[in-house]
Amino acid sequence: MKNGNKTVILKSSAIWGFIVVELIFFSVAGSFLSLSDKAFMDLNNMLLLFKQSAPIGIIAMGMTVIMINGNIDLSVGATFALAAIVLLDSLTWPIFAGIGDWVIPISWALALLTGVVVGALNGLIVWKTGVDAFIVTLGSMLGYRGLVFMYHGEQPTSHLNWTLVDFAEAHFLGIDTATWFLLLVTLVMWIVMRHTVHGRNAYAIGDNREAAVNAGIRVGPHMMINFMIIGFLAALSAVVFYSESGSVNPNDGELYELWTITAVVLGGTKLTGGAGSIISTFGGVLAIQLMRKGLVFLGAGTETVNLAIGLILIAVLFLDKQLNIKGKEALRI
Amino acid sequence: MTDQTPALRLEGIVKTFPGVRALDGVSFSVMPGEVHALMGENGAGKSTLMKVLGGIYRPDEGTIVVNEKPVAMTSPLEAKANGIMFIHQELSLAGELSVAENIYLGALPRKSFGRVDWKLLYDRTDAILSQLKVPFDARTLVGDLSIANQQMVEIARALTVDAKAVIFDEPTASLTDAEKVVLFDVIADLRESGVGIIYISHRMEEIFKMTDRISVLRDGQYRGTLVTAETNEDEVTQLMIGRSLDLSRNASTHEIGEVALEVQGLSCGDLFSDVSFEVRRGEVVGFYGLVGAGRTEIAETLFGLREPTAGTILLDGKPTRINSPADAISRGISLVPEDRKGQGLVLGMNCRDNMTLPQVADLTSGPFVSNGAEVAIFDQYRDRLDIRTPGWKQMVGNLSGGNQQKIVIGKWLSMHPSVLIVDEPTRGIDVGSKSEIHNLIRDLAAHGYAVIVISSEMPEVLHVSDRIIAMYHGKIMRTFTAETVREDNLIQAISGISPEAA
Repeated sequence: MKNGNKTVILKSSAIWGFIVVELIFFSVAGSFLSLSDKAFMDLNNMLLLFKQSAPIGIIAMGMTVIMINGNIDLSVGATFALAAIVLLDSLTWPIFAGIGDWVIPISWALALLTGVVVGALNGLIVWKTGVDAFIVTLGSMLGYRGLVFMYHGEQPTSHLNWTLVDFAEAHFLGIDTATWFLLLVTLVMWIVMRHTVHGRNAYAIGDNREAAVNAGIRVGPHMMINFMIIGFLAALSAVVFYSESGSVNPNDGELYELWTITAVVLGGTKLTGGAGSIISTFGGVLAIQLMRKGLVFLGAGTETVNLAIGLILIAVLFLDKQLNIKGKEALRI
Repeated sequence: MTDQTPALRLEGIVKTFPGVRALDGVSFSVMPGEVHALMGENGAGKSTLMKVLGGIYRPDEGTIVVNEKPVAMTSPLEAKANGIMFIHQELSLAGELSVAENIYLGALPRKSFGRVDWKLLYDRTDAILSQLKVPFDARTLVGDLSIANQQMVEIARALTVDAKAVIFDEPTASLTDAEKVVLFDVIADLRESGVGIIYISHRMEEIFKMTDRISVLRDGQYRGTLVTAETNEDEVTQLMIGRSLDLSRNASTHEIGEVALEVQGLSCGDLFSDVSFEVRRGEVVGFYGLVGAGRTEIAETLFGLREPTAGTILLDGKPTRINSPADAISRGISLVPEDRKGQGLVLGMNCRDNMTLPQVADLTSGPFVSNGAEVAIFDQYRDRLDIRTPGWKQMVGNLSGGNQQKIVIGKWLSMHPSVLIVDEPTRGIDVGSKSEIHNLIRDLAAHGYAVIVISSEMPEVLHVSDRIIAMYHGKIMRTFTAETVREDNLIQAISGISPEAA
């Protein structure tokens, strides 16, 4: 849809170039510095990388859509935790006691429904009040997190269902369940954004809202659908993750909104809306996880990792800006 | 004038961009106390030349000479330091700051400890404003001023430095006729004081009224300088586009049909009141009036963007409520808005996606948008409207103004509307494309569309309309037919002079 423009191609391939640089760097540096005798680009290590990318990655796909549409959602971390609690707690509800493992799809559905409902609430408020999505979701971030604490106080909510754990730890064609979910979500969202009316209109609204209104596009419903999508995906991310871990702390999912936004922005999606791509966000997610794993592989601690990712985020956006300035000059004749 | 040294001289300016020679050896000079018009179609290189002058682009070759001193224009600050000031088409003022703060932005007078010397600031500003005879003072918030008065603030800013040359870029684009008179007085005063003025405009009347000489650019090349008093519009136009132009009125040859749209007693708060008119199929009705007369607001009401406070809208004789643009579109009303880039186009999208934007929901196979159906529509209207673009993948932001406008018009034609409202159809569009758009509007009427044209340019309204509705302060003053309209009557009507009084 947007490849009529050279700078767009350049921008969307920038993240993949960056990933290649990371791979080479960590492989080479790893062979000198790492305490491990395994190679960095070991197959198992790479499969694990995808699996570990899944929780943030699944949400980041929703964040891409939200940001292309010109909004932002800060409440995804809280939604993630809330859906996780609904998932784990509902597994133990007495009314489902008699149905054995059939409780699993019900709990999944309840958790996903939670995500859709809180997302719809965000969307509805943004639509009907006209208050900026940043403010609305800042409020709902605090509110939903409050709900999480109201559930069990500071206590973790735990329940291990072994059927569920088996499913989450299963491999299909050698690839982890979580990775399959990430790939599937990426594919579906890519199709939605590129080939459906909703996707097209989301781009138009994000780029020039007034022109979209003048073309008869109803902006509100599209925004609300996008908030429902991201709510659903935040819940799906929780479902995938907590099916395996079986225990949720009330602080889980904190800063997820910032990590997803980082991945999305790293992938080249504009904060101002109208431009961006699902595939590039996928690249952004991988790039962050690679950086994390790579630095740990070299023996760095979490604090170093965060510092490095922060610096790289700024460096990449600076580069992006330079590319854009050149592009602009060349086009403005 | 000949024995003076030029205030500003350009010698052989060359600027290339990848694949394009945007400026190809441009030379001309501006004398002190001269108003020098710079003309050329869009894309001729005027904007690039101004960016070179303003220190935004560096020329590949050539020199800029200010008062016989070659200057390396490396930054906008450098341009200002050399006394070259710009009055931009798009104003760059901070609306939340006062007039004085805007004028001295970046150079506020200081007292000790870096405190702003407010008294000195306001005094100096008021001194400058009194030269300009403007109806506001130094403490007024810029956001509260009309566009015309904001422009005066920019001019005042140019007066704070010892300006050698002031460049006006389409200064009258959003001014009413009365406001233009004020602006022209100010420009005349500047000329008296010995400043060299470069005046960029598409409007011939202004050029011939205001300027001493006219330099023309075409395709990045300097095409010559004419002395205004010794030339005429045809000669300038030919120099600009290499052919002559017929701006006379095309008489309607086709049948005027049934009433498509009728409006009875339509009001919307203070914006307009008790407006009644009808538009027939095959007819172009022109709305002429000053900015703020309520013309755009009527269009917005018909298109569902505003809620009327009274009155009825009848489509094909049936009363209709229009609550949203989606409503208007489904009932066959389309609006080509005034601000093409801000309200009409999604600049980050390609030509095809822009054209199919309102109907993309109908161009699906299963859940997916059908690429083939979209391209078919684009191809059809590209051919019909003669839109010049390398292909549908071209970003719409890269097209010229005329072609952009055709994309917007094509977008609506492909929806098969019955009523087409075109607000300022040729704003910011070059001369050649202008007449194409005019012919297109006439052609649409001939094909049975009911067309409303809103315009602030009298020649345009006279040229395209079958009937002209003159508005003043939210009211319809008079309706003219193309056969009986006289320019003086029209001007009186939009100035609030009723026919009985005149």
